[in-house]
Amino acid sequence: MRRALWVLAVLLSHWRRHPLQLATLLVGLIAATALWSGVQALNQQARTSYDRAAALFGGTRVAMLIDPAHATFPQAAFIELRRAGWPVSPVLEQRVEVGGRALRLIGIEPVTMPAETAAGAAVGRGDLHAFVAPPGRTLIAPETLRDLGLRPGATPRIDRSAELPPLQPQPQLAPGVLIVDIGMAQRVLDRPGLVSRLLVGHTTRNAAELPETVAGTHLQWVAPDGETDLARLTDSFHLNLTAFGLLSFLVGLFIVNSAIGLAFEQRRPTLRTLRACGVSVRLLNVVVVAELVFLALVGGLVGLVCGYVIAAALLPDVAASLRGLYGAQLPGALALQPRWWLAGIAMSVGGALAAATASLVRMARLPLLAAAQPDAWRQAQRRWLSRQGALAALMLIAAGGVLLFGDSLLAGFAVLAALLLAAALALPVVLDGALQLAAKGARGALSAWFWADSRQQLPGLSLALMALLLALAVNVGVGTMVRSFSVTFTRWLDGRLAADIYVSAANETQAAEIRRWLAARDDIGAVLPGARTEIRIGGAPVQIMGVADHATYRDNWPLLRAAADGWDRMHRGGAAFVSEQLSRRLHLGVGDRLRIDDDWSVDVVGVYGDYGNPKGQLAVDIDALLRHFPETPQTRFGLLVAPEHIAGVLAALREKFHLDARQLADQATVKAESKRIFNRTFAVTAALNTFTLGVAGVALLTSLMTLSGSRLPQLAPLWAIGLTRRRLAAIELMKTMAVACVTALLALPLGLVVAWCLIAVVNIKAFGWRLPFQVFPAQLLELLGVAMVAALLATLPPVLRLARMQPATLIRIFANER
Amino acid sequence: MLKVVNLSKSYRSAQETVEVLRGVGLAVAPGESVALTGESGSGKSTLLHLIAGLDQADGGEVWIEGACVTGLPDVRRAALRRARLGLVFQQFNLVPSLSVADNLVFQARLAGRSDPAWLAELSARLGLDALLKRYPEQLSGGQQQRLAIGRALAVKPALLLADEPTGNLDEVTADEVVGLLRDLVARSGCGLLMVTHSTRLALRLDRRLHLRGGRLT
Repeated sequence: MRRALWVLAVLLSHWRRHPLQLATLLVGLIAATALWSGVQALNQQARTSYDRAAALFGGTRVAMLIDPAHATFPQAAFIELRRAGWPVSPVLEQRVEVGGRALRLIGIEPVTMPAETAAGAAVGRGDLHAFVAPPGRTLIAPETLRDLGLRPGATPRIDRSAELPPLQPQPQLAPGVLIVDIGMAQRVLDRPGLVSRLLVGHTTRNAAELPETVAGTHLQWVAPDGETDLARLTDSFHLNLTAFGLLSFLVGLFIVNSAIGLAFEQRRPTLRTLRACGVSVRLLNVVVVAELVFLALVGGLVGLVCGYVIAAALLPDVAASLRGLYGAQLPGALALQPRWWLAGIAMSVGGALAAATASLVRMARLPLLAAAQPDAWRQAQRRWLSRQGALAALMLIAAGGVLLFGDSLLAGFAVLAALLLAAALALPVVLDGALQLAAKGARGALSAWFWADSRQQLPGLSLALMALLLALAVNVGVGTMVRSFSVTFTRWLDGRLAADIYVSAANETQAAEIRRWLAARDDIGAVLPGARTEIRIGGAPVQIMGVADHATYRDNWPLLRAAADGWDRMHRGGAAFVSEQLSRRLHLGVGDRLRIDDDWSVDVVGVYGDYGNPKGQLAVDIDALLRHFPETPQTRFGLLVAPEHIAGVLAALREKFHLDARQLADQATVKAESKRIFNRTFAVTAALNTFTLGVAGVALLTSLMTLSGSRLPQLAPLWAIGLTRRRLAAIELMKTMAVACVTALLALPLGLVVAWCLIAVVNIKAFGWRLPFQVFPAQLLELLGVAMVAALLATLPPVLRLARMQPATLIRIFANER
Repeated sequence: MLKVVNLSKSYRSAQETVEVLRGVGLAVAPGESVALTGESGSGKSTLLHLIAGLDQADGGEVWIEGACVTGLPDVRRAALRRARLGLVFQQFNLVPSLSVADNLVFQARLAGRSDPAWLAELSARLGLDALLKRYPEQLSGGQQQRLAIGRALAVKPALLLADEPTGNLDEVTADEVVGLLRDLVARSGCGLLMVTHSTRLALRLDRRLHLRGGRLT
């Protein structure tokens, strides 16, 4: 043990003498762990939140009964099933607004609530009697209570009408949810005798034993699912985050690999001396691994703290994105579980060992007596480059194979990963070839040395350049995708937001009043009624949207493809347009037939873009919709108003009917809000993009800093034969910038291929729609500029050190003592 | 002390097989100093490496202190080097990140056998007392080689193997280093086998062996 500790002390003494190298290694470990664990903290926070919401009130963790054709059904079904011995429990759920915030109001029946949902426990923590007996209780998550700026016991109004029972904070609850007794929910939501679903407790009975109709309602059995609706909907969002986290992790590991590789090279004589002085290979391997694990633990712990800070900084944007995209509520403060810390440490240690594998293998095979031969080195380098080229080709073939035969989101990411890895592996081969070509055309001794030395320097720089290539390509790819999305989204908004003002009345009575009032005004061009209901097709929720027959829709609707007489057939009631997501999910094309429910089937006469909507959507004639789904609320309508009258109509509606911002909006406001949600959605992506590029810059800097010391034997002879230190520094600068420039130029086309993959493969699998692929030259030039500035910043410190180096340092290279 | 019997070694490349040692045999007694000379590429260093267990012989045996060490596994060979052998190289092979003091006790600590009195004597005899806090890069070539000799002798080895320890030094320093080696070997009672190109230095040792064509003459 003492011997091992002494060997460890000897190895650690290297870092004391090379603090910059130690800093580099730790920066790599910290960056890798921080970015990965930061993203994982966000994912974990979100998933925990979904699970809390689902577990408490029966998302999809327990079986349930729903009416596939309607949002609610009579409560009598509950009574009938209970009498028949079914362990069912009713739930009524609706989105409501409290203090300007959209929340889910859920009415439950605590006595019959299945034990698996844990709702009983949540209610039981308070007082069951107080919960059900007037005035009742409204259970709310403490963070939601805080967000609303209310105190326990407050009785806020929902949608400016009904008053809720006193609020009671309940830490177990998911944020954004209000829980009341079902009787209270039916009263405040004005849904007497109606329920949204029946949760089915533990039973040996199954769907087949369910009567055909219950209390006149045809109920559909929805089997329990391990994954919640929200988890399924948000999977792609989290997968995107994970992919970014993994990329940043890999870029960080490039730094670790570079630092460990250099440390191994510098410690090679020490390792030989240790072996010569009687340290066995086994002991040396064990101690080197122990040293690495120790450093990984230190870096990992600091990285976890940084990851926490990153996650806390990004959480508001992620929460806003998830709320805007999916209506998912995330608490505002991070709460991390022990497994997050353990996973972070494991990633740091695992990553460090993976990054050090090559060095560890070389050390294990280190011949005690090997003497470095320049020619042998060159041959080994050539062999390594050939192997790397072959591996790159294999990865490229693998990417092609997955592209052709893969059919999932994971396959999409696998294509991207294989493509990026192939490009990274091919980079040193391409650069070596380019430098060899340049060397052939070199005239003059200095020029020949310039290219030859650049080639010799390449192995030390290649990992950092690979990191730069990856970071830049991903930046170009994601940037192009986001810009393409932005342009398409704006065009789509113009098409979908056909009306000038949007009104959403509180209820049918108010809607009728508003319609009468509008009819009497002469500044209203047209009133476009809208109606929307939700059904399930193939087990997934689908919105049906009623569209009025008006020229503005025919002129602006964002149709991707349609039958020539599509609009006419749709308004005759027997046809529908389907959203791109739904058309891909159900493999529907123009000319196909879709069964909406037992007595309504439609022809598909067009496919339209519906970006950002996680649910599938059908657009049908509004009268046909109301005929088949008479309970569909008719509280929404759009108004066509001349631009000069918009402000006046808005003000009059607001004053007359006390409509708030959620109920009344003009087109410009809705567009601005949509774009704000869009921008926030991609704010996280942009932040991670910047982090990744920053880490790649650090990788380049650290490689150059660590290389600068070992470069002196190459530079000192040139200084001795008459080149000034400044000129040498300028040559060094030019060399690094030249290879960085070639790398950046290669990253641009690679980035465009990445963008194509994201748009044509990943997006379709993740969201169900495809964007038109567009190239933005100005953006490419901007990124090229950023990359060159990053490379310049990374190159300057070692170059400046060389320019200011004391002659004594260079002389020492020639001294016999060295 | 050291007995080498019929030792052979050859190196194979794609083109040819070079027989470096062809049945070499020699012996070194305790307290005896032996010089091994020969032209470049004659196999002097190879012979030293095989004796030290740094490389594996094709045939023959190496006996140290009455035990055959040929064919021992890496762990046993490492233990032998650690505890019973001292190695001095032309390139010094000091640990650059350790101070002079730490380099001096380096092998002794690996062997778990530190004798403060002996270390103090070595430090004084080698003229390192004033340099203990420095690092190898801050020493001259002669000082570095003295430190390497000190490190090898600190463990009180049975046999000291020196591979051209004066190859990087000027004549005066080389003389000084060999003088020190002889004195300390005599003081510690270990055997010394020193590879050298210099006939002048070889003459200062007890016995001389010459390697030519893979055989000792």
